[in-house]
Amino acid sequence: MGVRITGTGIHPFGRFDGKTTTDMGVQAVRAALAEAGNPPFQAAFCGTAYGGVASGHKVLGALALTGVPIVDIEAGCASGGAALQLAAGAIRAGQYDCALVFGVEKMPKGIIRSSFFEPWREEGGLAATPAYFALRAQRLLREAGLTKQHLADVVVKNRRNGVHNPNAMFRKEVTAEEVLASRLVCDPLHLWMLCSPNEGAAALVLQRGDGGVQLAAARLRSHLPGSVLGEATPLSGIDDRDIVPPSTLSARDAYSEAGVGPDDLDVVECQDTDAARELLAYQELDLCEPGDQAKLLDGARVVVNPSGGLLSKGEPLGASALGQVVEIVHQLRGDAGPRQVENARVGLAHTVGRGANAACVIVTR
Amino acid sequence: MTIDGAADRRPIHEGLFELGADGSIALIGGYSPTSTKYHFPLLDTCPYSGATDIERVLLSTDATLWAWTAVTAAPPGYNGPVPYGFGVVELGHEQLRVITRLRESDPTRLEFGRPMTLVAEELPDGVVTWAFA
Repeated sequence: MGVRITGTGIHPFGRFDGKTTTDMGVQAVRAALAEAGNPPFQAAFCGTAYGGVASGHKVLGALALTGVPIVDIEAGCASGGAALQLAAGAIRAGQYDCALVFGVEKMPKGIIRSSFFEPWREEGGLAATPAYFALRAQRLLREAGLTKQHLADVVVKNRRNGVHNPNAMFRKEVTAEEVLASRLVCDPLHLWMLCSPNEGAAALVLQRGDGGVQLAAARLRSHLPGSVLGEATPLSGIDDRDIVPPSTLSARDAYSEAGVGPDDLDVVECQDTDAARELLAYQELDLCEPGDQAKLLDGARVVVNPSGGLLSKGEPLGASALGQVVEIVHQLRGDAGPRQVENARVGLAHTVGRGANAACVIVTR
Repeated sequence: MTIDGAADRRPIHEGLFELGADGSIALIGGYSPTSTKYHFPLLDTCPYSGATDIERVLLSTDATLWAWTAVTAAPPGYNGPVPYGFGVVELGHEQLRVITRLRESDPTRLEFGRPMTLVAEELPDGVVTWAFA
């Protein structure tokens, strides 16, 4: 017996002064339940990293929908994917017929401050998140034979897609020249190559059953020991290239569970925290061989980040993975409007972040 | 634990490095004979194998540059100077890559594989940390 996605809801991603995570969660959950026909659900899973204690309870309390088990789940940027894995597993095991999965977030402005780092690492300047992204970008450019122009091309592509997404934070096209002229944050990364942490919410209703839009797989993995530049950001490492990254582990688990391969994908939403992160995801998700990234940028083989990606939407950590799945569901239903990928039948959503955690979700119809 | 005779200087964190009275510095790492791997900072369990036969070692002070950038805006919790260099160096003997501050804050003046040496780096309020130059 499969797991159907019968409802989707989203609160736009952006900055909303005066609105709480509860306000945004209520909007997304109400929309998802209404779309599904308000089925009774037996459990709720809420992804959030910075929401605070009982964030999920506060949302369902405001809707007078408490009483069922409500669990908040934190797995960094992959929190929403983790929540989906747990909900889908419980449905497949026969524990529930219907589960509500949502994510809420209200990120502070600027560089993300993370309790992941010990205070002395902050004091010593070793907790500069964009600098880790920059080191990884530099190694990728070197090892894959890519240039800064490719980084700009990713931004141009995603911002062009974001123009058509009413739930995105940035909806203006940019040129490669403008991207390369934006402020240098950490060489080789310029400001417009980095996504903005922000605010938002997203929700999905899962129900046991076959047909329609199916949640074919939701798989979370953590990093293996060794890599020095993975999202685990240790202080030392023994290797980088020969250690399978968590994104690849979760993608291969998800392909196996869903019974599809990378060649079957019509549409992908991937973690473009920075422009290089998207190009790295291409090889981590087995979409291409290392060095062949440029061939994917025209979208001829598979369309990546039709929503505009995090570079257009911004990233509310607990909600971002579910926001990707909301996009994929619309693409598969054929109601994505001007962003529609023709005849999309198989989609993958990928998030990776602090921990390190990576989640891959495959949706089919 | 002083360098250059200044008594009010303190290491950014205990157990990361040894400072000599002559200004010398050495990172304190761990080595597991069963996994044959080094790590930094010193832990009681090998982070690559889980082995617990950890020997405390002073890591080599020469390295080559593996990745680098410059941080141009102060990240949260940091009140030292900007820009500052930031990167990964490869310790030759241990085959270990270490994330580190770099003395050079202009990325255009560095290149892959450049030989580097461990140095003590002073931050505000008498705090001493390590860097590679």
